[in-house]
Amino acid sequence: MKKNKTTISTIINGRDCDAIVDDNLLLADYLREDLGLFGTKIGCDGGECGCCTVLIDGTPHHACLTLAAKCDGKTIETIESLSEGSRLSAIQRGFNEKLGAQCGFCTPGMVMAAEGLLRKTKNPTETEIREGLASNICRCTGYVKIIEAVQFAAKELSKRT
Amino acid sequence: MNEIKRNQSIGVPKPLVDGPEKVSGKALYSGDFVPKNCLVGRIMRSPVAHAEIINIDIIEAQKLPGVKVIITGDETDEPFGILPIARFEFPLARDKVRYRGEPIACVVAVDVETAQAAIDVIKFEYKELPGYFKSKEAMEEGVVDLHEHRPGNIEREVDFELGEVDAGLADSDFILEETFNCAEICQVQSEPHAAIAEFDVERQFMTVRASTQVPYYDHLMLAKVLKMDESKIRMIKPFVGGGFGCRTESLNITLICALAARAARGTVRIVASREETFITHRGRPETDIDMKIGVKKNGIITAVDYTAIQRGGAYSGYGVVTILYSGGLLFGMYDLQAVRYKGLRVLTNTPPPGAMRGHGITDVRYAFESLLDKIAGQLNIDPIEIRRKNYLKGPNYETLNEMFINSYGLPECIDWVEKESGWKKRKGKLGKFKGLGVGCGHYISGASKPVNWTGEPHATVHLKLDWDSSITILTGAPEIGQGSSTMATQCAAEVLGLDMSRFQILTSDSKLTPKDNGAYSSRITYMVGNATIDAAKNLRNILIEAAAKKLDADPDDVECLGEFYTAGSQDEGLTFEEVVKAALEGTGTITVSGNFDTLPESWGTKKYRGGAISGSMAYAYAAQVVEVSIDPDTAAITVEKVWAAQDVGKALNPLSVEGQIEGSVWMGMGQAISEGTEYHEGLAITNSMLDYRVPTIVESPPIEVGIIETIDPNGPFGAKEAGETSLIAFIPAFTNAVADALGVRPLDLPVTPDKLMELIENKKEE
Repeated sequence: MKKNKTTISTIINGRDCDAIVDDNLLLADYLREDLGLFGTKIGCDGGECGCCTVLIDGTPHHACLTLAAKCDGKTIETIESLSEGSRLSAIQRGFNEKLGAQCGFCTPGMVMAAEGLLRKTKNPTETEIREGLASNICRCTGYVKIIEAVQFAAKELSKRT
Repeated sequence: MNEIKRNQSIGVPKPLVDGPEKVSGKALYSGDFVPKNCLVGRIMRSPVAHAEIINIDIIEAQKLPGVKVIITGDETDEPFGILPIARFEFPLARDKVRYRGEPIACVVAVDVETAQAAIDVIKFEYKELPGYFKSKEAMEEGVVDLHEHRPGNIEREVDFELGEVDAGLADSDFILEETFNCAEICQVQSEPHAAIAEFDVERQFMTVRASTQVPYYDHLMLAKVLKMDESKIRMIKPFVGGGFGCRTESLNITLICALAARAARGTVRIVASREETFITHRGRPETDIDMKIGVKKNGIITAVDYTAIQRGGAYSGYGVVTILYSGGLLFGMYDLQAVRYKGLRVLTNTPPPGAMRGHGITDVRYAFESLLDKIAGQLNIDPIEIRRKNYLKGPNYETLNEMFINSYGLPECIDWVEKESGWKKRKGKLGKFKGLGVGCGHYISGASKPVNWTGEPHATVHLKLDWDSSITILTGAPEIGQGSSTMATQCAAEVLGLDMSRFQILTSDSKLTPKDNGAYSSRITYMVGNATIDAAKNLRNILIEAAAKKLDADPDDVECLGEFYTAGSQDEGLTFEEVVKAALEGTGTITVSGNFDTLPESWGTKKYRGGAISGSMAYAYAAQVVEVSIDPDTAAITVEKVWAAQDVGKALNPLSVEGQIEGSVWMGMGQAISEGTEYHEGLAITNSMLDYRVPTIVESPPIEVGIIETIDPNGPFGAKEAGETSLIAFIPAFTNAVADALGVRPLDLPVTPDKLMELIENKKEE
């Protein structure tokens, strides 16, 4: 089917990405199907679960509620950016070691939401963690260990500065 | 020389062996496989709840550019279903549709939009029949039967009396009766259903990847509906984003995907939307319970008499098993000497429920524990004390339905939550609109009789030892996020005394791994854990033999220290690598097998039909205390804190056990406070994660976990079930806390603020 298209220039995980995309292409589908960045998951029919959370210009967004065509000039970070070429990041280690991930499907979105939170708030209170992750649904953990994972990461990161 | 110690893996908190993949986004789930030239399948679903199919006209749709093939119910006349006695569901409906959203056709096209455009022009002609959306409606006189062979829309009626119930009631000082309605709920696992099927036309060979808890049953059902030889199918389970029971039977999406791939002579993927995942369902059925309990003045239970009616949806699924669990699993918690149960599983024009976490017993246990709490109140006995009075006289206890209880940690669980919650000091003293409640639960550690009786062992595990001194665990056991791969690795590492890093694990690929029945009924730790231990012992024996030969010693004198084998303090001993080289001499790569079988005494009772259901090798126990506060103006409930103790036999991985208990408590909370499906004329109006309200991180409580270890005599290192029992205990603990806070008792689930407000208002009027 013939569709309207838009040219976009983005920086995705530190790389320049120029593309011509269909106007109705969702950022989540662009990342997954066009770029093969399958770390970003789709768990619902739009804006309900948070599995597709990515950072756009440093702030968490639902990639399933964002049109790729509207991302021209933006910097996008996905789960793949956090550990590329190196070891797990502090947040990723927190989720791994504290068992913040069970089935793992919500984890990339959860980790990116936590990443966004910790960039803004260095030592979040438990309430701030709850608020920061309120758009992300996990069905396995009951969230207890997710909170512990974020607290672990905040502590690790504060040691570095 | 430094003292060499065996590595310890059991009882040590271990992150998941597949954790790094999950936290880095490298883990690939079924929907993440998108090979080049892959086609997409999209399912057309019935717009009506009950109708005879007259015609499905696909002629116009097939002409659309980009449409590869369209299949309908004509594609296969082989029905599927989990239970051999109840297989009458077709991947794509034939003759009739029986629920709104039932698949009737699948379009295979180059992309989703093309497929949807084709669906839009398919003409579905049907003759509508009356739809029955509630159990009662479906059972009325003169109804149209959903299935010819199920007259009156009764899927299964269970009726048993064990002990003398009428005498027990007559002998009691006090009889209390209540009716409860528990809403139908869904698992809402994070990953929507997905499948990708590749048909190799040259070899007439099918490879399927799907989000499943039971790849082996998928394999069986694929062969059945495709009418293909089982050996011509390869079933692979990639990473799976949770299940909680909705994937414990073959789902139509997987079967349709394979049928579509064969028809398209290529590779087809179907990724279900969240709405379709809700429609595919297999959650917990709506259950109406009427329960009567007789007690003596001292709180001893003399008899229980109850009925459970389940809205079973349009197809059987696990329905027969669910309604049997609702009866059989009343036993094994308390010392019950007289029980009468009548269960009805009803067929309705709604999507079929299945085997959700806490299968069959959750709602019944909720009713029982609520009633017990109410009785305690009326007899002026502490709710914890009334439970103590009715403990099993065990361990080594046999229930009326011949369940053998070999380890029984309920007393320790109760003691723990009583102490940690400050029950004695705080109960009744928290102030207005605040309350504490207690509730208990138990659950099986694997069904002792498998669904498909083949005579094979319940579990088989292979260990492959190769020249590089690494060991690969090969198991069909599906890792779905519950940590089974980590558990198996721990078991093997413990027996061999090696560090877990020496092991790799490969799971659920039917051409590589030994067959496994799957992730359901909390069977994996118990059964696959034991099979892994057996395999590791067999491998250890081979290594000891090889070491003995090399050291010129008697095998009985050889000590395995994991990384080091020695025959007494005098010799220099051998490193693990040296032992491996010695063992492989002459034989090459070694693969050993280990098995597990259940004991016949655990196969359940023959006193009533279906009595095998609820027979298990071991039962896990849980007790919880829940603290709530309620806003009197809005009736909004806050769960302030949960104390959750579970007897898991032995916590093989305390980190994972904690995670399972916390997750169970939380999922129980969802069912208790907010979750429930709703239908309007068969149209589900809660098919999104906004309309179907699962709790978010904001309203999720702190949970304090108490791990109780009773060391089950037959469990792997003494372990039992860890992932379901605590869900069951939460719900009554919660409603009992609400009753404590308000003086009115919610009976229907979920306890939403509007329902609770009504109870509060009614009380004021009294």
